[in-house]
Amino acid sequence: MPVPDPQPAPSSTGALEGLRGQPGAPPGVAGATGTPLPAPPRTGAPVTITLDGRQVRAYEGEVLIEAAERAGTYIPRFCYHPRMKPVGMCRMCLVDIKGPRGYSLSPACYVPVTDGLEAVTDSARVKKAQDGILEFLLVNHPLDCPVCDKGGECPLQDQTFAYGPGETRFVEEKRHWDKPIPISPLVLLDRERCIQCARCTRFAEEVAGDPAIDFFSRSDATEVAIAPHRPFSSNFSGNIVQICPVGALLAKPYRFRARPWDLEQVETTCTLCPVGCRVAAQSSANHVVRFLGVDCGPVNWGWLCDKGRFSHEALASPGRLAHPLVRRPAPGNGHRGEGELVEASWAEALSVVADRLAGVDGSRVAVIGGARLANEDAYAWAKFARSCLRTGNVDAQLGDGLAADLVASLPRATLGQAGQARLIVTLAGDLKEELPVLYLRLRHAVVDQGVPLVELSPGPTGLSSLAALRLHYRPGQLAALVEAIVGGSPVPPAAGEVGGAPAQDVERARAALAEATGEQAGTGPDGSPRVVVVLGRPSLAEPSSAVEDAARRLAQLPGVAFLPALRRANVHGAIDFGLAPGLLPGRVGWEQGCSWYERHWGAPLPTGRQLGTPGILEAAASGQLDVLVLLGADPLSDYPGPDLAARALDGARFVVALDALATRSTQRADVVLPVATYAERRGSFTNLEGRLSWLAQKVTPPGTARPDWAVAVELASRLGHDLGFGSLEGIWDEVQRVSPLHRGVPQALLASPPGRDGVVVPVRAGLGEPGGAASPPPLDPMANPGISQAEPEPAPPVAAPPTPGPAPAPAGGPDGYPPMLQPADLASPPPRVAGATPAPALGSLRLVTWRPMWDGGTLVQHSASLAGLHPPLAARAHPAQLEALGVPAGARVRVSSQWGSLELPAEAGPDVPPGTVVVPFNLPEGGAGELLDGAGEVVEVRVEALEAGR
Amino acid sequence: MTVTQAPRVVTAHFGLDRSWTLQSYLAHGGYQGLRKALGMGPEEVHQVVLAASLLGRGGAGFDAGRKWGMLRKAKPVYLVVNGDESEPATFKDHALMEADPHQLIEGALICAYAIGADQVFIYVRGEMALAQERVQAALNEAYEHGAVGRDIFGSGFSVDIVVHPGAGAYICGDETALLESLEGKRGYPRIKPPYYPAVIGLYGAPTVVNNVETLSNLPWVLLNGADAFCALGEGTSRGTKILALSGRVQRPGNYEVEFAKLTFRELIYDRSLGGGVRDGKALKAFIPGGVSSPWFGPDQLDITLANSAIAQAGSMAGSGAVTVMDEDTCAVRAAWRISRFYHRESCGQCTPCREGSGWVEKIMRRLEDGHGREADLDLVLDVCDNISPGLVWPPAQTTICPLGPSIPPSVASSIRMFRDEYLAHIREGGCPFPPDRLREHARA
Repeated sequence: MPVPDPQPAPSSTGALEGLRGQPGAPPGVAGATGTPLPAPPRTGAPVTITLDGRQVRAYEGEVLIEAAERAGTYIPRFCYHPRMKPVGMCRMCLVDIKGPRGYSLSPACYVPVTDGLEAVTDSARVKKAQDGILEFLLVNHPLDCPVCDKGGECPLQDQTFAYGPGETRFVEEKRHWDKPIPISPLVLLDRERCIQCARCTRFAEEVAGDPAIDFFSRSDATEVAIAPHRPFSSNFSGNIVQICPVGALLAKPYRFRARPWDLEQVETTCTLCPVGCRVAAQSSANHVVRFLGVDCGPVNWGWLCDKGRFSHEALASPGRLAHPLVRRPAPGNGHRGEGELVEASWAEALSVVADRLAGVDGSRVAVIGGARLANEDAYAWAKFARSCLRTGNVDAQLGDGLAADLVASLPRATLGQAGQARLIVTLAGDLKEELPVLYLRLRHAVVDQGVPLVELSPGPTGLSSLAALRLHYRPGQLAALVEAIVGGSPVPPAAGEVGGAPAQDVERARAALAEATGEQAGTGPDGSPRVVVVLGRPSLAEPSSAVEDAARRLAQLPGVAFLPALRRANVHGAIDFGLAPGLLPGRVGWEQGCSWYERHWGAPLPTGRQLGTPGILEAAASGQLDVLVLLGADPLSDYPGPDLAARALDGARFVVALDALATRSTQRADVVLPVATYAERRGSFTNLEGRLSWLAQKVTPPGTARPDWAVAVELASRLGHDLGFGSLEGIWDEVQRVSPLHRGVPQALLASPPGRDGVVVPVRAGLGEPGGAASPPPLDPMANPGISQAEPEPAPPVAAPPTPGPAPAPAGGPDGYPPMLQPADLASPPPRVAGATPAPALGSLRLVTWRPMWDGGTLVQHSASLAGLHPPLAARAHPAQLEALGVPAGARVRVSSQWGSLELPAEAGPDVPPGTVVVPFNLPEGGAGELLDGAGEVVEVRVEALEAGR
Repeated sequence: MTVTQAPRVVTAHFGLDRSWTLQSYLAHGGYQGLRKALGMGPEEVHQVVLAASLLGRGGAGFDAGRKWGMLRKAKPVYLVVNGDESEPATFKDHALMEADPHQLIEGALICAYAIGADQVFIYVRGEMALAQERVQAALNEAYEHGAVGRDIFGSGFSVDIVVHPGAGAYICGDETALLESLEGKRGYPRIKPPYYPAVIGLYGAPTVVNNVETLSNLPWVLLNGADAFCALGEGTSRGTKILALSGRVQRPGNYEVEFAKLTFRELIYDRSLGGGVRDGKALKAFIPGGVSSPWFGPDQLDITLANSAIAQAGSMAGSGAVTVMDEDTCAVRAAWRISRFYHRESCGQCTPCREGSGWVEKIMRRLEDGHGREADLDLVLDVCDNISPGLVWPPAQTTICPLGPSIPPSVASSIRMFRDEYLAHIREGGCPFPPDRLREHARA
């Protein structure tokens, strides 16, 4: 059932109410989406209960098992999971609860706390019940612990030891199944070990929304199963392995790799996308063998996507760079790019680079990349590039994101606020593929918290089925659509459509947005936003300016805040620390901050033009660049305009690449410097909310790889320049002095248990999250495997060590810090020119392209278990469209744009809007990248059947 | 022996020529109760049913009128007819649906009118093909007749009825599992709270779930009044009850008798009823209220067939299924068969029932086959105790639904009453009774 709307009930026009409860509810039944279960509130009125004779404080309505746990009484359990609805199936948590007819055994996971409740958790009857349940669970369990991955960290083992019978009385034949059976490419199922707790099935249905595993049959023949020939294909399948309380679900990448007692772990942050999930990185013998999700209340709730969970395999892949490489020119041929990359010492490699950089004019140097870096690396490189190389040509994004100054200026929301908003608007690609855990949080907001979601996208996404309104606009016509839903006047149904979306839906969206942001809407709790806009790049085949203009328009409405859904890992760290054209560290604009940073950095900053990645590549291609630095960037594979990227790498006089893995671009570089990556170095990370969290080091980097910041320091030194720091701590101390965004956040806090939830910058009122809930202490070893052992002390609430005082003065103020970019700095979008983008020419379609989770990306392709998981390359179009083109589904077609062409099978997609064709951006065997030029035009393509392919 | 000469309330049309047709039903006063009800206010109808003290006939014996009164005030309201009768030896609803489907439909409509139901579902057990066919055919006739659908008999009251066949699971006879099944989900009983479908039922809406026999009483109650109904029976057990008599009796079958007036001796031995134990054998034991109830011995034959009297004696009347065992019946085999049924039908949701039912059956099977040990008797009782702590009556329920607590009574009764037989099985390394004909048949 949806949590009651936390907002004061305003006078309503009903537009929002009309979107609630959609889709899924049977007609006439508000919010009924299944078995009615009491939604367990985590905070209610404080009450007092009696637990084993003790008076204990609890919250009314929470389930007893949680209240008891907080009071220090652990009630054993298998099926209960704090992030899923209780089902009371395992009966392990039976305790004596006093009722009108005396004490009786009831499941603590299901009994809501009321004032004066009396419960006994250690009576003889409770102990016999626990003993009996464990004996029942073991009668059909194979007890093959010595060969089971879970042995040593198994809740069934542990609880049998603590509460169970010493010996079995079961002498009958046990249940037998074939084992293990694959239920997906990543997960194996051993049905003999299964204790039917329904954690996996509930996760799949409730949390991920991929209900592809369920119980089959009944009684003690009950088995978890998939439908025949329908694998459990989910982007979140690893979570069911993590939450399985026995060894019934096994992850192929981890199976038989290690024993739990050999594992060491640190708590760190996943750096695969800007969500920044908290993870436990576990290693054995100095090799990372497993990532587990950690329940971080503000962010990931213990969940991870499969990409984040499993792509650590790449750390030890054959493609890993361990030593510097320098290109030895082929004898007698000075042409760049020829000759062989051979191993060299750091000293040699660095001096080659320093020689090339010495004395070069800053305008002829450029740095692309930086989203792979930690915050400290980004700061070091931003400072090095600006103050030492004196170049403004710095860009962490590869033409596939959004303007950095816009991202820095937008009012920011938190993930928690999305669940409390009155309305969520998404203007992004397929979040289920690109930022999977953001998708989970949005799904929860819609399904469990009842927040209506309006989707603006050029095609169907993983969120479409959850959206109350799906406004699928025609590529190039976003401006018209946004103008209609932001504008004050109703959209007449007679308009038919607006930008490709049905007029009546556009009108409903307009009315809902108006109601949510209007005067009568009131303000959210703690000033939290009423509307959260998730803003990404809906398609790489349309200009980012369209999305940027839309964002500026939406930002003008009151009560709107944004979750930027850029997709490169620490892109927000890179932007916030100045790895973007025209930006300085701390979300400071160039004009406002130039003199401040010149003073603090002790060097003049570059003047003149600052190029972003497209401009840098153009410059390189036309021979205007002497040195191109790639900071973990692979433009050849990633830039939406591969032809330009190739010409750029050919045209640059000298290319130096800092990377952890060999890519197509490192193979074209003149010097390759191997760097440490996640789990191999310390530092901090900035997620899409602006949340700083700590990256801990677990293993040593391979070979001589070192952190990116150290390379900057070393190069600066060779160029006769002192960056002013020689350690991570030194970098952060300087950041505290110069960055208005980051001041008041001690590094020691981030790196300590109280900082596990991270800190959202800018810090507004002490060190707490505005409007968010603090993480529950990770006491439940089944929710957080292993973590509680690592930190026996429950984390105290985030105390406010040196409170930084009032929020930074927005306009520079007496404290001397330069002002940060504010929403007011957002330029008004240019007036929309009607018909700016002409209707598609006859016979042509508009291209939509985004990245699937399993793509041709570097990490995925270097992870053995993941490299083959990508979907088949196909061009999806509406069946009627295919018919009109005379192309049968499945036939091979040639898709051609003015920049290139691609041959691939056609696929019928009934959900693809007519007039468009959807092609994934970069699969291993190719993708829509071939059809783009990077200039960000709306791409028209022609689709023709290939006779030969029939 | 005297058997009460009570009118037949729900089986009056049994044996009539094509009793399941509208023609026959109308010829014998059909749909008059509904017409009468439609002339009254819904609350008035509810008051009549309350006054009649109509206890639910599905087994739990909850007052139907009170159940209707517990409905949460919200829309829509659903009525669900529980026709998922699946327990061994229980076959009264089966007969009611096959022989008199119109009576059930009329009863459901009266209830629907009283509670303001927006939709009625008749959930018929999956295996009852003929009943499904007859109820559906009757429903089609009733629609034609204007008794169902829009503006029933010109009264302005409208309601639709849908027949929903089950998929073959005993557990769906549990009202909350039935609702899940009806919603298209796996038939798992719902965890309580919420305790009553009247508050949160089908699709989360307030729902009345009534048994087939319960609703089949309504046409008579409406036509003849609550007083006439209350004139039958005793105490809170008013009206009549169908008793499904089975096992080693001369005349097994359904007998509608006045509630709370008859003793078990009369039911089993009266010439017009059971006619005595088959082949003149001696009675060994009988199960008074379905296979989940504790057994009675010959010394308990004079207990009255009333809910309260049977409960006082340590068992239950349940849905009215009485099974007779004669001296040739192996008590161990009988108890094993019952445990096998629960093993097969446990839904598998909660641990004690899912794992316990199988374990109990395996031990019982071993004992019956002569591979048991004396210690197995204590073992199986302790396993039963772990399913339903205390082995008390009424049983303690620590599982989600009452199926788990249904497992121990037959095992515990048989061991308590026939320990010698168990020991004989162990001593002789096999069953001393005549071979199990069903099992021989299955092997052949």
